[in-house]
Amino acid sequence: MYKVPKSRVTKVVAMAMAMIFVASSQALAGDGDYGQVFGLSSRKLVWFIAQMHLYLGAFVLGVPIFAVLIEYIGFRNGDKKFDGLAKEFTGLLSVAYATTAALGGLLLFVFVALYPTFFSFMANAFGDAMIFYALLFFGETLCLYVYYYGWDWMNDTSPWPKLVGYSFAAMGVGTILLAAGVQFGAFGHYHGAIQPFWAVVLVIAGLGFFVVKSKKGLHVWVGVWLNVFGTLIMMVANSWAAYMMSPSGIDPNTGQFVGTTLDAVMNTLWAPIGIHRMLGNIAFGGFVAGAYAAVKFIGSTTPEDRAHYDWMGYVSNFVGICGLIPLPFAGYYLGREVYSNSAVMGNNMMGGDFSWTFIIQAMLVGSLFLISCYYLWIGMERIPGAERYRGFVKYLNAFVLISFAIWLTPHNMPLTGAEVSAMGGSQYHPTLKYLGLMPAKNAVVNLIIISTFISFMLYRRANMGDMVPISKQGKGPVIAISIAAFICLYLIGQYAWAMYSLDPQELDLPPDRVQYFKTVAMLLFATCLMIVISSVLAIKDKGVLAQYIYLAWIIFSVVIFLGVYGFVVMEKASPFLRNIAVSQFIQLISAIVLVTAIDIFLFRGAKSMGEMRWGQISSRSQYALLTLCIFITFNMGLMGFIRSGLRTDWHIYGVLKDTSEWAFTPTNFTMTVMVSMATLVFLSAVAIMFWLSAISKAGKKSNPAQAEPVEVQ
Amino acid sequence: MKTLLQILAFSLMVIYGYTWFSNSIPQMQSQPPSEEEISLEGMTLEGYAALGEKIYEGKGTCPLCHNAVGHRAPLLIETSDDGQPVAVRSTDRLQDLRYKGDAESAEEYLRESMIKPSAFVVVGFGKTGSGDTISPMPDVSAGSINLSEVEINAVIAYLQQAAGIDITVSLPIGEIDVDEEDETEDPGPVKDFSQLVEKYECKVCHVVPNVDMEGEEPDMGPSLVNMAEQYKGKLPAGYSLEDYIRTSILKPNEHIAMGFESDIMPDDLSERMRVSELEMAVQTIIGAGKGN
Repeated sequence: MYKVPKSRVTKVVAMAMAMIFVASSQALAGDGDYGQVFGLSSRKLVWFIAQMHLYLGAFVLGVPIFAVLIEYIGFRNGDKKFDGLAKEFTGLLSVAYATTAALGGLLLFVFVALYPTFFSFMANAFGDAMIFYALLFFGETLCLYVYYYGWDWMNDTSPWPKLVGYSFAAMGVGTILLAAGVQFGAFGHYHGAIQPFWAVVLVIAGLGFFVVKSKKGLHVWVGVWLNVFGTLIMMVANSWAAYMMSPSGIDPNTGQFVGTTLDAVMNTLWAPIGIHRMLGNIAFGGFVAGAYAAVKFIGSTTPEDRAHYDWMGYVSNFVGICGLIPLPFAGYYLGREVYSNSAVMGNNMMGGDFSWTFIIQAMLVGSLFLISCYYLWIGMERIPGAERYRGFVKYLNAFVLISFAIWLTPHNMPLTGAEVSAMGGSQYHPTLKYLGLMPAKNAVVNLIIISTFISFMLYRRANMGDMVPISKQGKGPVIAISIAAFICLYLIGQYAWAMYSLDPQELDLPPDRVQYFKTVAMLLFATCLMIVISSVLAIKDKGVLAQYIYLAWIIFSVVIFLGVYGFVVMEKASPFLRNIAVSQFIQLISAIVLVTAIDIFLFRGAKSMGEMRWGQISSRSQYALLTLCIFITFNMGLMGFIRSGLRTDWHIYGVLKDTSEWAFTPTNFTMTVMVSMATLVFLSAVAIMFWLSAISKAGKKSNPAQAEPVEVQ
Repeated sequence: MKTLLQILAFSLMVIYGYTWFSNSIPQMQSQPPSEEEISLEGMTLEGYAALGEKIYEGKGTCPLCHNAVGHRAPLLIETSDDGQPVAVRSTDRLQDLRYKGDAESAEEYLRESMIKPSAFVVVGFGKTGSGDTISPMPDVSAGSINLSEVEINAVIAYLQQAAGIDITVSLPIGEIDVDEEDETEDPGPVKDFSQLVEKYECKVCHVVPNVDMEGEEPDMGPSLVNMAEQYKGKLPAGYSLEDYIRTSILKPNEHIAMGFESDIMPDDLSERMRVSELEMAVQTIIGAGKGN
């Protein structure tokens, strides 16, 4: 069944390769640096193919992350519907995988044919990495095939002899120790977040070993390694894109690459781009899977199918939002690193050629949050008991809407004379100018995330009635809530101390500015106190109160106090503003961690107020899911345009100049047309692939939304 | 099929909405900086400064940071909270205790600040944590900006002109200007002094040395023959004869010779005349004086 699409894809690839070879022969007859085929713009051709490859790549890298998580949840809970859903997600993946690889090959040929000098330079710097990259595909392909085709064969949860489990656990311990070695510099010290990033990857890989106690556990482990290979592949490819922005290992006098492959890989922007892309892939994978569920829901003819795809859409949206929430912070980190790498590039980003592009980006990201909240709000229709909360959610949505508007407000824009004149001769709008500044934006971004989180929280408890007091659930909740509280205390406490003891000289500020550091430090110490109060209240069966107290404090501290205080700091101690942003971020994270930990036990075993009416939801909700998918696809293309466009007329920034006729930075309209076209083609291709996937399942029905075991194919 | 069409129509509508929004905002298309070979043969000082302005705004990407809006770097052209224009305040920098460069003149300081920006970092504009000892500004002679020495000097000329002080950078000698617009309007610099006199119609008003005056002795302007003798002890304070002749050509109303009227000689020669032509004129007139 799967062979059908695969063989078709193979034919398409063969035809594409033949075309490219013909094109190559024409192109290479050109002047040597650049080629052209069929009179097309080489830049737009590469742009389009690279974009398509990235879309599909993001999907095949993002989906396995949550597929294996969902499978693990089902494995732990013994709930077959999760297992069925994870397999369904993986089924989408297997179809997209071959197309992604085919597009990767196409992209390679296009580079060789149309940009031979550039590709020669890259091959010189990354030759070893390119071979390694190709070899990694063997690992990923093997894992994917075993993971997908071995699903049913490895579905046995009967425990293996303990010795097997201990052996794998020992390997897990070894991998985690390796992670510790990476984090603490046993293998060298590298720029920025390179060490923490790889330490986290290794910890996850190490934890995967502990699951192997049965055939099913081994299957989960294979899924973990599918992700490890996927991450490695993504990071190797990322190193090329990052290198083009922040080249390393270059002789400044000759402009020639004189370093090692490792020098080239470990460039400044490697880790920031990697982190940002990884989170983006999770969000992207979630929203694309959500669109798949939405289309299936709209086309469903039976209540069972509607129920199943409604549930699938909900889970996908949840995954998408989980990836989306930390993305603004990863973007902030990436932006800072771009500026540190090149002030020219950094300034061009939000204050130059791409300032308007960032307005479009803000519109898209804000819409993603807003539409997700809207989806949850509509979703309450199908939850008995939700009427208790629906009234509040609309206010939360209003907060998101207002915050979104503030986030969109520009500050520095290239203006025409007429625009300046319309604003009374000023570069800034007389009343809105404050909303365009970073303190306001930081405050509202946090408010958007908190509001979205609270929406989820209310959605989750909408169906819950009488609760089982935490004190009657044994020691588990006490330990878990205490651990969560400890993590939050450590997170906030260490930063509070760092702020308390921060020397103003470190930020080039006069000694009297220490007062601003101490104010923030005291606020963070107060947050620590609130953590203790909230966790004690939760353990003493006042969980709901504990949650509201802590959330109220965080909103006050992060949005109101630090939002306003940010303006003061910007005026009096501007370099400290980034510390304010970090203070806001860690408090927000603490709220998500602590409130979620309390929530899990607060509603564990709670009495249901009625069966979830999966499938009984307005079709508007499904169009919301579709819009989320389209918007994140746009956004990914747009951000790729900015990242690539920041190099202006350089292939490799400051090293290899783009001397082609396409070296200019195109308008936002050109970008939009290109991205819209790529979005349309991508979504159409995905629709066809999903249809092909569905052919293989024709005649077989499943309904994992019901508590009955799903029919696993 | 109906469902599919509904979904397709909806998706196209969303995509159209996005495209419409993106087209409704101002559109900018940035061209890469021109890669024309700069040849300064025949370029005037003003032209050189104008070239500097073009580089400052374009290839140099200077206003990206040196602007009043983002104010990520000190302002250079105008008097502001950062002080006087940079070409004026650069003299004071050399005396500053925090200065750690090798420049000995204001012009050298300007050049050094572009190539080694950390030689002096204005307070508040250094990299965070460096104690204003490291500048975030890149070396403009390398990397993505990659200005040549000629281009850097042009920027210095622009900064000095914008500050209203004398342009001190020397003009390099090069080939004929390759600017296409100029090529259509101007056949290039003259080959000898007689062509120059013809081109700028000097002998309509002046008696000019080393050319055939065809029996005419025009008197609307002072004679240019034997000027060393004529102006001995009569030159404005601080002027050499060479300075005086150069100034009189570029700014004819600055010093009016006794007995002659102002506003007669064209005052746009500074824009029309090339540097090589100006030097030819000055040296020929002086040489003619010496010869006589």
